[in-house]
Amino acid sequence: MFAEICRELSIWAIPVILLLIPLIGYLRKVHVYEAFVDGAAEGFKTAIRIMPFLVAMMVAINVFRASGAMDAVITLISPLLSLLGVPAELVPLAVMRPLSGTGSLGLATEILNTFGPDSLWGRIASTVMGSTDTTFYILTVYFGAVGIRKPRYSVFVGLLGDLTGFFVSIYICTKVFS
Amino acid sequence: MINLIWMLFLVAGIGYAGWQGRIEVVTQSAISAAEGAVILSFKLIGVMCLWLGIMKIAELAGLVKLFALVLSPFMRILFPSVPKKHPAMGAIVMTISANMLGLGNAATPLGIKAMQELQKLNDKKDTASDAMCTLLALCTTGFTLVPATIIALRSAAGSTNPAEIVGTTVLVSLMATFTALLADRLCRALYAARGRR
Repeated sequence: MFAEICRELSIWAIPVILLLIPLIGYLRKVHVYEAFVDGAAEGFKTAIRIMPFLVAMMVAINVFRASGAMDAVITLISPLLSLLGVPAELVPLAVMRPLSGTGSLGLATEILNTFGPDSLWGRIASTVMGSTDTTFYILTVYFGAVGIRKPRYSVFVGLLGDLTGFFVSIYICTKVFS
Repeated sequence: MINLIWMLFLVAGIGYAGWQGRIEVVTQSAISAAEGAVILSFKLIGVMCLWLGIMKIAELAGLVKLFALVLSPFMRILFPSVPKKHPAMGAIVMTISANMLGLGNAATPLGIKAMQELQKLNDKKDTASDAMCTLLALCTTGFTLVPATIIALRSAAGSTNPAEIVGTTVLVSLMATFTALLADRLCRALYAARGRR
């Protein structure tokens, strides 16, 4: 039932926004077509401005992943994290989550298919995916778009948020679902 | 910090590949990632144009200001450096709303729009301002009420109750966001103290 509502909501949200904003604009005497084109013109410039930042970040992360260094890090920290009650099956997801959106989605799908979506691991993986975001991507794109090269402490804050999300997911899911 | 992390990714990756005798992987993955990044930027152009266009209409219709006013007491606490009626406030509110509804495609362009508005208030154009760091903290923890992607994924995997994780997700989201905002405040104070010295 609730899944139905969520699904409907996510299907309807964008069409409704696309209808309401121009409609309200029109009723408020905005030249909607011209305004849209005006705004959209910015889109191209912005996307191009992001490109160098995205190349820099994706190259570094991809080399780190493809070389096997990331897997080595996972093997290295797995025993350490299991002392804290983190199951080894979930460590790759924790490491991948802030680095790559598609990568972590792939890992989560694998966990759901291997252990089942209604297993504890499946539920924890789902909660981790739902409650955190790809920190490095967001940082690169959001700051890249306005030419910020010095993000100061944001990287630390973002990663701390991911870490909190991961540990709290394990704790809460274990409490709620078992 | 970002310099160190970026370099560590490269040093660890190239060092490890060399040590494992698979150095050719580096060249190949670096080039394919560079190409992938360009393709991704090009894909972004479309959604970016769409949402920035819609945002422009919303702005001219006064909707952005209205959005900002609704949540303004709350936003004042989070973003004390942004003037109350500045368009940045409206853009920030819309970004957070898109995130809450799980509209990933819309959230990114709206977030960028908010960053652009914040950049107008920024004195040092190459350095993130306090408000920018707070917005990023909010977005990287991605507070969400409707985790649409993961619900779809769960039902595809044959879950008997795909949406049962919504409760835990909201709870975890809240705590992660709260922690990030707290850390953001602490770091801001620390940086301010260091700047004065």
